[in-house]
Amino acid sequence: MGQKSKQLASFRDAVADIPDGSTIAFGGFAMPGTPFNLIKALLDHGAKRLTLVANTTGGAQQPRMPDIGMLVENGQVAKVIWAFTAATRPTDVLPFTKYYESGEVDAELVPQGTLAERLRAAGAGIPAFYTPTAVGTELAAGRETRVINGREYLLEYALPLDYAFIRAHRADAAGNLRFHRSQRNFNPVMATAARCTIAEVDEPILPAGAIDADDVHTAGIFVHRLVQVPPAPEGLWPTKRQERAR
Amino acid sequence: MSETRQKGLARQQMADRVALEFQDGWIVNLGVGIPTMCSNTDIGDRDITYHSENGVIGYGGVAAAGEEDLNLVNAGGQNVTLKPGAAVVHHADSFGIIRGGHIDVTVMGAYQVSMGGDFANWKLAGQKGGGIGGAMDLAACAKRVFIILEHVTRKGEPRLVEACDLPVTARGVVKLVATNYGLFEPTGSGFLLREIAPGLTVEEIRASTAGTLTVAPDLRPVRLAG
Repeated sequence: MGQKSKQLASFRDAVADIPDGSTIAFGGFAMPGTPFNLIKALLDHGAKRLTLVANTTGGAQQPRMPDIGMLVENGQVAKVIWAFTAATRPTDVLPFTKYYESGEVDAELVPQGTLAERLRAAGAGIPAFYTPTAVGTELAAGRETRVINGREYLLEYALPLDYAFIRAHRADAAGNLRFHRSQRNFNPVMATAARCTIAEVDEPILPAGAIDADDVHTAGIFVHRLVQVPPAPEGLWPTKRQERAR
Repeated sequence: MSETRQKGLARQQMADRVALEFQDGWIVNLGVGIPTMCSNTDIGDRDITYHSENGVIGYGGVAAAGEEDLNLVNAGGQNVTLKPGAAVVHHADSFGIIRGGHIDVTVMGAYQVSMGGDFANWKLAGQKGGGIGGAMDLAACAKRVFIILEHVTRKGEPRLVEACDLPVTARGVVKLVATNYGLFEPTGSGFLLREIAPGLTVEEIRASTAGTLTVAPDLRPVRLAG
């Protein structure tokens, strides 16, 4: 392993070189594993014409837990690739919807498992794959399908990323990561699909070797920059609903 | 809530009826809303493993107040607990579990179910975009798809229909449907009413169902325990 630590001093430093037009994935499923601090740094940084890859926008509108819908509202986004482009409950209104309906932001709606596999494929050198998901639906209209062993499958393409923003529980200086519970979700596959993966980390960054090789969830070769999340209020952490700052 | 409750079974009873179908050793994925309530049902000592799209295999009940782990949620975003023997995998592996046919049953809500076993649950009429989440993967790949839904819309329109007019989630996959009116099977040429909810008549159900309704020769009241 390289001897240089991948740790950077600040979230600002970690996102400083991100150019306009980048494709950036954001880990997280509900709160766990969401890179709140990197999202905030990207809001401050101001890169534009971005393509955002994620499960969903969020939409909680909590300053202490920024979601990527806030990047849309900040005029930084050209396109989103998500498994939800509408609220899960029809009565909820996402801030994103206004920008989508006006045509200001483009969206590609992707089934969640297809999204995960397109990312996995990108990281694993598979250009495309066939899946039974979405066959017979309007998502498959006009697209290439193939019957294999009597069943119809839909062709899906790999989704390579410029950057992945992820959150982990523990890291060593070589970039080896561990996640806590459902913090893992999309984070490991996004890390493999990106040219540059930036991880915000709950605990102080450990010396290389402090995480046993057998216990690593994401190998350090997939992780390029690490920033430790400072304690609140400077750092942003998941909070219970009743404790969220308004 | 000022509206009057719909006729027939309550929400938890609909979930109870479906949960009674779960067999010992099954791996089960529950969608948000009424399907989540299946995990409240007492089904004796049957050993069920609940899987969540975010890679949690073997989650238990919702965590008590003050004991939540904020980094542990189910697919509905609830802070749950882990049962002994639980495991966590990443999202691509979690959907490998789904696509690989390892889920014995997925229970989901829906806007419509058709006689041919199609169902629609991700996009309303006129909506731009939609909320698919993991529904299409689960619908296409779980061994069984069970649906729980109110029998009619708030405007009184049937949700069991000859053909879905909303965009479908998957075609020909629904094996069992529980509504507040009873338990049904899509047969391809109609809906077979197997069990009827208390207070409902076959004629009432037929009038509220778009498509052919057939009645099981051994039609029974909806089973809610055992």
